[in-house]
Amino acid sequence: MKRIALSLLLGVTLPALADRLPLPADTPASYPAECGSCHLAYPPALLAGGDWQRIMAGLDDHFATDAAVDAQKRQEITAFLERHAGNAGKLGNAGDPPRISTTARFVRKHREVPAKLWRDPRVKSAANCEACHRGATEGNYSEHDITIRELKR
Amino acid sequence: MRVLPALCLLLVGTACHAETPQQIIQTYAADAAARQPGFTPSAKRGAALFHQRFALNDKMPACTSCHTDSPLNAGQHAVTGKAIRPLAVAVNGERFADPAKVEKWFGRNCKEVVGRACTPGEKADFVAYMSAVR
Repeated sequence: MKRIALSLLLGVTLPALADRLPLPADTPASYPAECGSCHLAYPPALLAGGDWQRIMAGLDDHFATDAAVDAQKRQEITAFLERHAGNAGKLGNAGDPPRISTTARFVRKHREVPAKLWRDPRVKSAANCEACHRGATEGNYSEHDITIRELKR
Repeated sequence: MRVLPALCLLLVGTACHAETPQQIIQTYAADAAARQPGFTPSAKRGAALFHQRFALNDKMPACTSCHTDSPLNAGQHAVTGKAIRPLAVAVNGERFADPAKVEKWFGRNCKEVVGRACTPGEKADFVAYMSAVR
């Protein structure tokens, strides 16, 4: 009985929680400093551990940019990302090179976004979470808090 | 800005220290003068460098590709679309205050846009322009 009550409770709260992805309390300062300048410091739960490992092993050619960091920071950031990585089974394949926007979870969550909005100069790329999710830096990805009017619900 | 000294205290040993843009210009200028006697930083040359079209990188042919034609404006990353705060010290007092950060971004952006490391003289000129532009 207790278990049913618990799962009911979880069933009610989890969908809301899934839109809340703040950076974990143990996020090293090097993570936003090194990985949050050209794009948002992404929530580690959006890629699986193995995918983060591949990303971190290839920073010198990171989507055609040299984003290399020194060995100490690389270790620190990789350990942090692995510690908080998402579940590979639930996220779906991220492709090669791994991209958050290739995972089935991302695709499903964004299936209602029309192609022309992805090309909008305010958005420019799927890497630009903050273009639509104004609270993304604080980890708020709620579909009720979208800046672009055409996507507001 | 008041948090900066406190942050540096926390990060002792990681070479974080606050400087003024003038100090950063002086360090680069001294380095440049050692190779080229009589060197003095020039905001005008810095402006020319900022606006120069190198055209080595399709998406980022010039500094202005991301930072717009005026350093007083906010920019946007040419690939990811992320907002970039203005480079000009007059409108963004946090710029050119941390020598390690300045050196890191010259390192990355010169390689990517100019196609080589920038010289100390170019860096002195660039920071001089960003400090002077109104």
